[in-house]
Amino acid sequence: MNRSFEDVAVGEELPALSVPVTRTLIVATAIASRDYQDVHHDPSLAVERGSKDVFMNILTTNGLVDRYVTGWAGPAAVVKAIRIRLGAPNHPGDTMVLTGTVAAKHAEDGRVEIAVRGVNALGPHVTGTVVVQLNGRSEGSGA
Amino acid sequence: MTDYETRLQSWAGRELMAPRFGQDAVNVPMIRHWVEAMADDNPVYLDEEAARASGRDGIVAPASMMQGWTMRGYAASVRPAPEPASEPSAADELNGLLAEGGYTSVVATDSEFEFHRELVPGDRVSVEETVESISPEKKTALGAGRFISTVRTYRDANGEVVATQRWRTLRFRPKEKPEPKALRPRPAINQDNAFWFDAAREHRLVIQRCAECKSLRHPPGPCCPQCGSFEWDTVEASGEGHVHTYVVNHHPRHPAFEYPLVVAVIELAEGTRLIANMTGVAPADVEIGMPVVVDWIDPDPDLSLPAFRPAEKKGA
Repeated sequence: MNRSFEDVAVGEELPALSVPVTRTLIVATAIASRDYQDVHHDPSLAVERGSKDVFMNILTTNGLVDRYVTGWAGPAAVVKAIRIRLGAPNHPGDTMVLTGTVAAKHAEDGRVEIAVRGVNALGPHVTGTVVVQLNGRSEGSGA
Repeated sequence: MTDYETRLQSWAGRELMAPRFGQDAVNVPMIRHWVEAMADDNPVYLDEEAARASGRDGIVAPASMMQGWTMRGYAASVRPAPEPASEPSAADELNGLLAEGGYTSVVATDSEFEFHRELVPGDRVSVEETVESISPEKKTALGAGRFISTVRTYRDANGEVVATQRWRTLRFRPKEKPEPKALRPRPAINQDNAFWFDAAREHRLVIQRCAECKSLRHPPGPCCPQCGSFEWDTVEASGEGHVHTYVVNHHPRHPAFEYPLVVAVIELAEGTRLIANMTGVAPADVEIGMPVVVDWIDPDPDLSLPAFRPAEKKGA
């Protein structure tokens, strides 16, 4: 389903998305993003470098907030910006819950800003904004 | 401005990484690998028909894959090509300057992507990086450090900008890890006194009692000093008593203790005496005859011991 620009209202909340942070997810997404830093796959080296375990890489955090917002906005949405700040690491065994709120709409170019937040047991892992461009009701195809 | 600050600030606006193309053009297998790992079921990344139905010419890569197209890959990560000794890279030079200030650790804090157009299979992507700013030293939870903001510009084969990414890392001096606290000397536990330390672990103060003549004794031993019997049991002490005598230790120091250290002989209400530390009282305020009550201490996970603190004055 594609959301049109008119369909969304400032203040609207996106349904929460719960992401179980498994060891396999951390490793598989690090490799999918071609990030071979040992802290993302080797537990003993991660501990040696001062971390309690392996942790999710940033490219994956970008990928997950991208998936979260476009999954809500629909296939016609075009991602114009992903601006994130990182906090507590995502370690295996944790769960990150993504939530989002429509923060602003720009009628001149159809852009919608969604404030996103991903929280795990340690606190906020990610806070930021994803900007998507949505079609108007009259345009757009498919849906 | 100090000389070091001037040298750091001279990096603002400097190129950190010259334009470099990713190893492979944007391609479907890498997109598939990504969307499977991310569990992203948006059809426009793999399904031509769905992509056209969304108003596009064909499939596109997820926006968030941008950085991935320019990653160095496995071989360069685990077997980096040696830099020619005569020409250290700009990044090495900046890392060296930061290390000079003690900023040897790094953590990424912000990534701010602006996408100019969607990438499609066949696109070649290059990246270049320029230093934007270096912050004054800030105190952070990780340690004192500086935020380094850079801008990465992603271009296609024609040199057109497809995305920019403001990238911020904290370069910090790792906090000194406190020395792990030394453990107290271990009590010499044997079959004759183990019951007493086992009870202490449960915060129970017990006194050994002769099963024949009923006299109490401490420290524990196998045989009654009064009647010679080897039979014994225990009673629970009330935990009340008074300071029979004490010393204040200043030297020599053992790393597990805080000094000055009060070591007291406590006479329990039941009449036996034991040696213990005191809590809740300054060494100068300890007095012989002072009424005390038991106050358990757990110096480390394997050790619990009775200590004694001044009893609250009656009626107070």
